[in-house]
Amino acid sequence: MADGFFFQALIYLASAVLCVPIAKKLGLSSILGYLFAGIIIGPYVLGLIGQEGQDIMHFAEFGVVMMLFLIGLELDPHKFWRMRRIIIGMGTLQVLGTTAVLFIACSFVLRWEWQATLAISLALTLSSTAIVMQTMKEKGLTKTSMGRSSFAILLFQDIAVIPIMAVLPLLADGAVENKEAGQSLISHLGWLQAPIVLGTIGMVYVGGRLIIIPLLHIVARTRLQELFTASALLLVMGVSYMMQLVGLSPALGAFMAGLVLANSEFRHELEGDIAPFKGLLLGLFFIGVGASINFHLIMADPAFIIIFCTIFNIIKFFVLLAVGKIYKKSSDQNILFAFALSQAGEFGFVILAFATQLNLMATELANQMMAVIALSMIGTPFLLIINEKWIDPFFGVKEKQPKNNYDSIDEKNDVIIAGFGNFGSTIGRLLKTNGIPATVLDMDSDRVDSLRKMGFKVYYGDASRLELLKAAGCENAKLFIAAIDNPRVNLQVVEMIKKHFPNLKVLARARNRSDAFELVDMGVNDFYRENMYSAVHLGVDALVELGHRRYTATRQGQRFIKYDEQAIFRLAEKRHDKKAFLMTALEEIEMQEQLLKNDLYAQLGANDHAWQSADLRKEAEEE
Amino acid sequence: MSNKILILFAHPLFEKSNANSVLTRNIPDSPNITFHDLYQEYPDFDIDMKREQELLYNHNIIIWHHPMYWYSCPPLLKQWIDIVLEHGWAYGKEGFALKGKLLLQTITTGGRKENYSATGRDRFTIQQLLEPFCQTAKVCNMHYLPPFVVHGTHSMTEEGYEKNGKLYAQVLDYLVNNPINPEELAEFHYFNDWFKTKNG
Repeated sequence: MADGFFFQALIYLASAVLCVPIAKKLGLSSILGYLFAGIIIGPYVLGLIGQEGQDIMHFAEFGVVMMLFLIGLELDPHKFWRMRRIIIGMGTLQVLGTTAVLFIACSFVLRWEWQATLAISLALTLSSTAIVMQTMKEKGLTKTSMGRSSFAILLFQDIAVIPIMAVLPLLADGAVENKEAGQSLISHLGWLQAPIVLGTIGMVYVGGRLIIIPLLHIVARTRLQELFTASALLLVMGVSYMMQLVGLSPALGAFMAGLVLANSEFRHELEGDIAPFKGLLLGLFFIGVGASINFHLIMADPAFIIIFCTIFNIIKFFVLLAVGKIYKKSSDQNILFAFALSQAGEFGFVILAFATQLNLMATELANQMMAVIALSMIGTPFLLIINEKWIDPFFGVKEKQPKNNYDSIDEKNDVIIAGFGNFGSTIGRLLKTNGIPATVLDMDSDRVDSLRKMGFKVYYGDASRLELLKAAGCENAKLFIAAIDNPRVNLQVVEMIKKHFPNLKVLARARNRSDAFELVDMGVNDFYRENMYSAVHLGVDALVELGHRRYTATRQGQRFIKYDEQAIFRLAEKRHDKKAFLMTALEEIEMQEQLLKNDLYAQLGANDHAWQSADLRKEAEEE
Repeated sequence: MSNKILILFAHPLFEKSNANSVLTRNIPDSPNITFHDLYQEYPDFDIDMKREQELLYNHNIIIWHHPMYWYSCPPLLKQWIDIVLEHGWAYGKEGFALKGKLLLQTITTGGRKENYSATGRDRFTIQQLLEPFCQTAKVCNMHYLPPFVVHGTHSMTEEGYEKNGKLYAQVLDYLVNNPINPEELAEFHYFNDWFKTKNG
């Protein structure tokens, strides 16, 4: 019983709960936390989980499937169609290029059979959708040019798994040992396979439209939340299973199901229901990868594995770099893109397992390659950190100097805006229409390019770097507007400014109250809570809808803002009285209650008696 | 004892007013003079009544300084009057907070002095047009002084602006340092005229 389900679950959850926050605290991505959790509880360190690791992997791969479902949901078919050129173009270049270079390199150096070499090259060319998508989400890169290209290539790779799996049996020159696993129901049907596959894809599309959406309507009408969640899971699992039956990748099936539902009204509902499962299962997946690294195998011949892994990563890196160059990416984005996709991924495991069953290579070689894949997956987050810390800054500074000589321009603007997303650009536009030029700092090089064309003075790069702040003229500027999308980075930048340019006036964007508290702590009194002003605006409109006069409602709204802005300073102090290090949920609720209670006593409306004739009438009656 | 002056300045387009930029620039830098730019303080028209009453309480000469807009004051000053001069505080059976304080209006107009007469373009004299303000002051038990007026700002030369600026500075300086007897001024249409007789 001790080895039972609960004990296993306990180990997995505990390792994740311990390792992930540590990784986050160290500034690493959560993926690394999961991977190390896996290594620690795996058979080579603590040995808490053993061969069950394999079963867990099958289950956890479902996390990847769900992720693709969600990607499909977010990407409606029109957008998909518009991206088709870069998906197919970049994808083909990457997959064929990497396979070719790897194949040639391995053929020259290592004496494997050509079939094995080809299978390994194909397996290694596929990057890890799970790692890359998750990392990009954590770093907020999905909307950048690098994010779009990475997404296109990953999508192509997910599709490419199908032909690869189809080609592998042909390599086995007839002597295939047809074992049960990995083979689909229909693989013995020969030429019929193709129409059946196409038919299934068509069925998913038509079935989604005609059966699933009406079915979801019926389920939604029952108003049972958990039933809806169950239907969502059933949908993903059902489509994935069907795809597997006809020999397609389950991830691709899920992606298609997502695409079909992307335009339906259930899109957001489904997203919300699946997201928590996806997160957990992905975590489990990463733990599984960590646990499945065979350290005995690595220790038996560490030099081979490590050198092979390094060289393979380098090859893939340069192929990606070349692809990026062909598609005219700016150098910083291109390097980031090449680093991010340079690892091998989860589909590599699948292909290697399949190839072993087909007797294309020795089991030992396959296991070594699996270790290589796992190692390269673990390496990715580190490579990105190296890029972020040492390579990217170098590029940022270098890129702008030769181009337009920005540093030597003696005219310095009074206003510096960090972050030119939705928020920052609104401010920039308002200033510009009033004839006030601003210097802009932004991380997105594509945006930087177009801003320069529009006549803004723009510095590319991470605004939390001191050299960049100096180059942008923080020493002589009058106003610094911190408007970066990512609240964490924004606070870092403000901290930097406060420390090195104490006389520079800072106006800072804050996402919410707790951001505002941190700004109060840093001595910034001018912060603007994104949610605050639009929420009050909505509240005012609500008052109007309920019969208040628009003028009265607007005054109440203005007063509410004034009152709330004063209250936040009091609350910021109070927060420290309690010596609380973390804003817990409980505290948040308590604070909310206190604010509401104070509002009752504040009697927003009763401060002046203008236009009230009651007193006048009373006095007139007395006379 | 010197007088304490509160200048309630109301101009929606201060940036473009040559006359008022000169006038305000010439306000003496004195602890006895408080310059209070209403459009700067209350861009959203949400006047803080308590604060304004406090300011009134702490000064004994109040100046409404504004351009003549459509024979009246800019809207924010009217809003100020509506909100701050509260019943039971400024007027009414129990409202005596402003009793005995002096009220002076500093007015700038584009039109020339001749226009403001029964036969002129504007048909009424400045004093007639300002009657509602005068009456407001009376209801609040204040002494209403004849207005200080700068006419013809549209066609004024640089020297003209400067001359008026200097004059305003002298007027304010005089108001701070001398006791004012409202009855002495009752004969005059403009504060400017009385001030001339006073200072030769």
